[in-house]
Amino acid sequence: MKNIGAASLSENRVSDYNEITLRKLPASHSISIRDLNVFIGNNHILNDINLTIPEKSITCIIGPSGCGKSTLLKTLNRMHDETPDVRIEGEVYVDDENIYGNNINVIDIRKKMGLLAQRPCPLPMSIFDNVAYGPRIHGLKKRKAINQTVIQYLQYVGLWDEVRERIRTSASSLSIGQQQRLCLARGLAIEPEYILGDEATSALDPISTRKIEEMFLKLKEKYTVILVTHTLRQAKRIADHIVFMYMGRIIESGPTEEFFNNPKDKLTKDYLSGSFS
Amino acid sequence: MAIKNLKYQEEKIFKILMILSAISIMSILFHIIGTILYKGLPGLSWDMVTKLPGGGFYLGKEGGVLNAIVGSVYLIIGSLTISLFLSVPLVLYINFYLPVKSVFTSIIRFSFDILFGVPSIVYGAFGFALMMFLGIRASLMGGIIAVAFLIMPIMMRSFDEVARLLPRDLPDALLSLGATKYEMIKVILRQLMPGLVTAILLAVGRGIGDAATVLFTAGYTDNIPVSLNQPAATLPLSIFFQLGSPVEEVQNRAYASALILTGIILVLSFSARYFSSKYSKNKI
Repeated sequence: MKNIGAASLSENRVSDYNEITLRKLPASHSISIRDLNVFIGNNHILNDINLTIPEKSITCIIGPSGCGKSTLLKTLNRMHDETPDVRIEGEVYVDDENIYGNNINVIDIRKKMGLLAQRPCPLPMSIFDNVAYGPRIHGLKKRKAINQTVIQYLQYVGLWDEVRERIRTSASSLSIGQQQRLCLARGLAIEPEYILGDEATSALDPISTRKIEEMFLKLKEKYTVILVTHTLRQAKRIADHIVFMYMGRIIESGPTEEFFNNPKDKLTKDYLSGSFS
Repeated sequence: MAIKNLKYQEEKIFKILMILSAISIMSILFHIIGTILYKGLPGLSWDMVTKLPGGGFYLGKEGGVLNAIVGSVYLIIGSLTISLFLSVPLVLYINFYLPVKSVFTSIIRFSFDILFGVPSIVYGAFGFALMMFLGIRASLMGGIIAVAFLIMPIMMRSFDEVARLLPRDLPDALLSLGATKYEMIKVILRQLMPGLVTAILLAVGRGIGDAATVLFTAGYTDNIPVSLNQPAATLPLSIFFQLGSPVEEVQNRAYASALILTGIILVLSFSARYFSSKYSKNKI
């Protein structure tokens, strides 16, 4: 790919990209988990998980450290495939398709899930190439289309104006908050249907955290967002639904307001009152 | 109060120790380079690097060591290519395809650690035995294979150490974007480039300067080899033969040859660093 400067990139700015043109969602757009059990070695990490995740909303998975939140998230994009001695029993339906069934292409599953990790991990390339990477490996070849995609998603995460002058410089020169937004843009550029966030703001300062949270609120209009967090306040601020996990089990789940104002389980009450964390 | 004083004494003593070791290493290094320069520079001439050894070269007559320069360069290019093609995929495989705590991985690492410590003359002898078995005579090919054996453990282990230190976030980030393992490897290689260059430099430095491996395998000749089946001269052996001459002038030429060898390594080193920094400017 030839070196395109920032100047020629902005010429491509034919229209306002602020509105993301999403492809049509499939008729059934949902995640539902049935009787999921996950073992790592001899440890029973997730125990009989049954969960339906409502679409176009933010679902926050909360719970004390080691309760299996991240493991649950990882089952959704089949990242456990990379770790040996993980055994998964049960079914996870994404768009009515059991992703642990036969004849499933893992790449397709991962393409549907945009993952935002705990710490931003920019790829060892320029800012531009970071966002362009996903579309490129999934077959986007035309330079104009790639430019357009990159600008569109950088604008969407509010990074374009900050980086347009140095779009060809290394992504590691960005601040950590900017890097996290870059990773979000990179994840969105593969046009996922679901956004997974694994404590995506825990490494960030309050201002960057707020920016990412605002991003999630914007994203839920078009995507189904599933976040793992261990800050209760964050869950309270942005979640529509809460799933509370403890020791590998779902203890209680429900709409945010109800969950916080009227918790039913004793464990939930204890957790919310700060008896353990 | 006494404890506090001790703390500061400790600090001072340790600092002095570090400075001392730095000074002694540097002085040994400069002593070697100084000797080569002092004894080699007078013998170094344009003829040395552009001419083949003529008749009676080892008795002080005209000629140069072009045969050995070209032979050494051929040899190292060949063996580097072989060991690159074998060790890089191996390192990538054990680090990014096999599980972290695989038995196979530890066996490989352990065996390469042992190979690391095998003296070069053993590789020479092994190469020679292999050549006898295959029916190859002392030739460039034989030397290339023996030196490849010698430098492979060095390259494999030093590249492996860099690959192990790669943050696991990067493979995960790539896979979660829907990359295949091969696409993942391509990006990871960019990140590992400086480490790979260091591994190559270590291997080249060791391979180009080693005499024992090539003694039986590559042979020696006063001509430039034009095919893989012909014997090839190498700088270390050339130095060895010249040093063995009773003529003082020839002995000085040995130092001049050593200077040439050092020069080659220096040029390789700088150019490798340059290209590595050029291609990894986006390293995270």
